[in-house]
Amino acid sequence: MDTVSASTRSVALHELAHGRAGDKGDRLNVAVIAYRPEFYPLLVSAVTVERVRDLFAERRPGEIARYELPRLGALNFVIDGVLDGGVNASLNLDGHGKSLSFRLLEMEIAVDEETIAKIGYLREENQ
Amino acid sequence: MADPVFRIGCGAGFGGDRLDAAVPVVDALAEAGGPACLMFETLAERTLALAQLERAAGRIGYDAHLEGRLSPVLKRCLDHRIAIVGNFGAADPEGAAEAIADLAKRLGCRAPKIAIVGGDDLLSGSNDADLAALLATGVPAGERVISANAYLGAREIAAALTGGADVVVTGRVADPALAVGPIVAHLGWDFDDCDLIAAATMAGHLLECGAQVTGGYFCDPGFKDVDGLEAIGFPICEVSADGSLVVTKPRSSGGCVSERTVKEQLLYEIHDPAAYLTPDVVLDLTAVEVREIGRDRVRVSGAGGKPRPETLKATVCYEGGFVGEGEISYAGPNALARARAAMETVKRRVDKDLKFRADLIGSTSLFADDSGLLLSARELPESRDVRLRIAVAAKDRRAVEAAIYEVGALYTCGPAGGGGVRTSVRSRVSTGSVLVPRASVTPSYRFHGDA
Repeated sequence: MDTVSASTRSVALHELAHGRAGDKGDRLNVAVIAYRPEFYPLLVSAVTVERVRDLFAERRPGEIARYELPRLGALNFVIDGVLDGGVNASLNLDGHGKSLSFRLLEMEIAVDEETIAKIGYLREENQ
Repeated sequence: MADPVFRIGCGAGFGGDRLDAAVPVVDALAEAGGPACLMFETLAERTLALAQLERAAGRIGYDAHLEGRLSPVLKRCLDHRIAIVGNFGAADPEGAAEAIADLAKRLGCRAPKIAIVGGDDLLSGSNDADLAALLATGVPAGERVISANAYLGAREIAAALTGGADVVVTGRVADPALAVGPIVAHLGWDFDDCDLIAAATMAGHLLECGAQVTGGYFCDPGFKDVDGLEAIGFPICEVSADGSLVVTKPRSSGGCVSERTVKEQLLYEIHDPAAYLTPDVVLDLTAVEVREIGRDRVRVSGAGGKPRPETLKATVCYEGGFVGEGEISYAGPNALARARAAMETVKRRVDKDLKFRADLIGSTSLFADDSGLLLSARELPESRDVRLRIAVAAKDRRAVEAAIYEVGALYTCGPAGGGGVRTSVRSRVSTGSVLVPRASVTPSYRFHGDA
């Protein structure tokens, strides 16, 4: 058995970070904020522009910018052209794209056992 | 000794916000006793165009809920010298001022000094041909402009408050300006001091969406739990003379203020965090620190500022044709397959020139795109309760109505067990955005009742 794959697992980004979506015209921004400061480097290495582009592939995104905010433990993604023209043009029930933070939080992230343990602790803390 | 802190509370974060939201905020401000202000943000991007159409039709052109929002708090605010600033003037700030004066009389309040901020409306009273040409670039060729409004800054609001206004009514201003004006007026800050104006702008940005910083648009049960959403406390920001901020909310209200809620709102609708453009300053959030200093108390510091942009953003609205929606539900065994068959049936029946979208609510809807790629590209999640939604758009109302009529016909002509048809057709306002030179915009203020 491969030792690397034995000690790593995949979790949804939703376990590691929270997020908020905002819109301006046809441009979406999604802030992704680490639940714990220790998770921030993992977000920086795993939540890349390329992976975000793949997640929104059907919407044929234009430019995607990623801004790093280490003091907040957050990444801010600015994604052009994914709102079907924006709230006043789109036929989507959610023309603002308010639900799309959770689209990003669906991203699968490879994590080690140590991180898994911290996620468990986080869950208990929140209960 | 004078209270060193200026408090600004938020009573509404959008046009559809709770009408009783301001009551606990005003109670908290009155109880604190120091200098304070209450802001209302009720204007979305296209609200102004809708208000303009209402006004043109002889109906109310200001916030239709103005009286509902102010009735429960106006007297208490006037009694405690808590100034009120709101963009509830929409397309008719004069009418809003009149309504507030009238409301004060009916409530037995002292007569408030009401200021009206104008100059945002770029269509009224302007015969600047260059400006008209510039605004036309914001709409598709051949479209008629319904409204064009510049996002004004905070200077006129501040001047009106310094001049003794109890209430300041505006049309379109940048949302944070509703806080920047009162903060600058009270603390005597200089609009050229970029870092202080940045701090005030950050306060406004955190407050402008109301409960979004106090646990609203945030709760995610099991991950981010929030109690008391039914009585969520709207935010209050305590601003110190050195520009440091504390975000809090009324005691014994629902919701929460935490580092997490503040971080989410801090980055809401932000693009480049080093350069958030507003009419008063370019805000830099990259060095901001967020720290919980007590229960529902979060200190926010470190906003940086650069001089304001030379242009103002203006939103241009035009008629966007018609949108129709029709829905029908399928449940139980094979529900998804029956809903898909219904979708294909309608698609084959409607005019191919219409903009068309289908959703299979319960399986795949919000995350899908208008062109239908997601819906056709992947295996859809199974569901035993699926609501087919058809949406169409066109310039011609009858074409939209004819397409939506097809959803109702599925009762007898469509797959088995379809029920619960609902349909609607409505007109739509579209928007464009233009950058306007400051020289083309003349912000001003005057007091209601003055000639």
